[in-house]
Amino acid sequence: MNGQNSIMTEGLTKRFGDFTAVDAISFQVIKGEIFGFLGANGAGKTTAIRMLCGLSIPTEGHATVAGFDVYKSAEQIKRNIGYMSQKFSLYDDLTVWENIQFYAAIYGLDKKAIKLAGDKLLDRLGLRNEINTMVSELPLGWKQKLAFSIAIIHQPEIVFMDEPTGGVDPLTRRQFWLMIYEASAVGITVFVTTHYMDEAEYCDRVAIMVDGKIEALDSPKNLKQQFHSDSMDDVFYQLARKAVRS
Amino acid sequence: MNILFALLRKEFKQIIRNKAILRVIFILPAVQLLILPFAADYEIKNINVGIIDHDHSGYSQEIVQKVEYSNYFKLTGYSNSYSEALTWIEDKSVDLVIEIPYNFESNLVKENAADVLVSVNAVDGTKGSIGAAYIGNIIQEVNNEIRGEWTVFPRFNPQARIQITHSKWYNRTSDYQVFMVPGVLAMLLTIVGAFLASLNIVKEGEVGTIEQINVSPIRKHEFILGKLIPFWIFGLIILAIGLLISYVVHGIVPGNNIWVLFVFAAVYLLAVLGFGLLVSNFTETQQQAMIISFFFMLIFVLLSGLFTPVESMPRWAQILAAINPVTYLVDVMRMVLLKEAQLADILPHIYTISLEGVVLNTLAVVSYQDVRYVV
Repeated sequence: MNGQNSIMTEGLTKRFGDFTAVDAISFQVIKGEIFGFLGANGAGKTTAIRMLCGLSIPTEGHATVAGFDVYKSAEQIKRNIGYMSQKFSLYDDLTVWENIQFYAAIYGLDKKAIKLAGDKLLDRLGLRNEINTMVSELPLGWKQKLAFSIAIIHQPEIVFMDEPTGGVDPLTRRQFWLMIYEASAVGITVFVTTHYMDEAEYCDRVAIMVDGKIEALDSPKNLKQQFHSDSMDDVFYQLARKAVRS
Repeated sequence: MNILFALLRKEFKQIIRNKAILRVIFILPAVQLLILPFAADYEIKNINVGIIDHDHSGYSQEIVQKVEYSNYFKLTGYSNSYSEALTWIEDKSVDLVIEIPYNFESNLVKENAADVLVSVNAVDGTKGSIGAAYIGNIIQEVNNEIRGEWTVFPRFNPQARIQITHSKWYNRTSDYQVFMVPGVLAMLLTIVGAFLASLNIVKEGEVGTIEQINVSPIRKHEFILGKLIPFWIFGLIILAIGLLISYVVHGIVPGNNIWVLFVFAAVYLLAVLGFGLLVSNFTETQQQAMIISFFFMLIFVLLSGLFTPVESMPRWAQILAAINPVTYLVDVMRMVLLKEAQLADILPHIYTISLEGVVLNTLAVVSYQDVRYVV
């Protein structure tokens, strides 16, 4: 495989009965880039992510993630990715530190490494005073930032994010994207789905899914040129309105 | 191993912080053991009796007196008219009516036979039939005494008189609590094992954190063990607390064979935890899990021999009871606490429960995989 690619898919397909949720998608994600994955509700984004994370076995096609085959090495993939879903992923009834400790431990960090990585994380987020606060008492924006930091605490090769900024205020969204840039700067590949078109502009490259197929894939700048419009919003609208489902 | 340790640490913290679960674990057994054994009492006392005495003779008075001084009856009505007595039954002030006909005494003396009518309100079947049986005994007793008086110097008693005496084993005072307490303990252990664990697993899916667990390197068996081990431990703790309460409150002294009970409980909990896991695989919300659990709990308890003997159930129910794990726990509890059973005595039950445990857990683990990869 190409050592420069974090993700490679070739005709990746998932069917549920006669319904084709993901229809032969092929793309590469380059190591260290921020790859946006857009699509209306029901376009197949989540199913695609689940296949790439080793949660769902593809019906057809090939895919490698971090160099591992999704059919054969799901466990290896899980060790090398981070994941943050639209659903809140921290434990409300554990403290900030206990969440850090738990997730770091299940990725195999030992006591010393947990202390080191945890301290760094707390300093970066400015959460040192909240170390013993229950996560349920944190504001949503902080929770999301904490969830993201925890998702990459084991320094994965790729982090998958499924609509990470849903329901978060604009200011926090901006801070959130700064964190994404930081992660990308240290070489973590970011694979993110979103509904917000302004966020699509922040991505290096964007794939737009319509009815299970990738209808467009390029940098935001090139896409706007190609569709003769000045916003990603418009590009998305031109593609998404062709959708028959949803 | 480190992953399992991390999971266990997390589970224990969460359980200890969850007030509802803590209440279920510690207060529920206390309350149930304090209240249920006293309330759920089969012994029928205070049966209300009405007597219609048309005869007003010495013998009829003897019957009335016996009834009056019995522990089981309360003489609430005395009348001359059967129709009046029937209105008592209708308005439920009386459970049972005895009618002593005219010429009762003279018939008995002259013709050597006389009739007594007993009418029973059979809405509460148990109360009615037990009441009728008691009355039968009392009348028989009166009859025997009368005959005793008549044959003053019996060389050969013209009628064989069989008197039944009984001695009660294992529960000398026939104390109902002693019978109920082990049963209530069995119920508690089942609630903790089968239902708390399944609720806990389903919650993880409901909140959404299961997604995060699924994409992590945590393996299936580690996740399952992380969920089951805490409740296995809590189950044994509850058993210990329950035994302590039944010692203090009900005076049931555990013998030195008590470890046998813990051995069985340890195996039993594994089986019902497997059942709980199975339930959690087929439910998506805690509400669903709760309702399904409640459904099974009722069946488990009613078919376990806790309240009614398995031997008197119809054949098909006996088969269900033989599958029901609670049946074996109730039986072992009673064997160990009341009959001082040793390990060898309960070995057959241990084998049965182990087999059920293997079946339930296998089903649970297989279906867990299916559910997990369905989407």
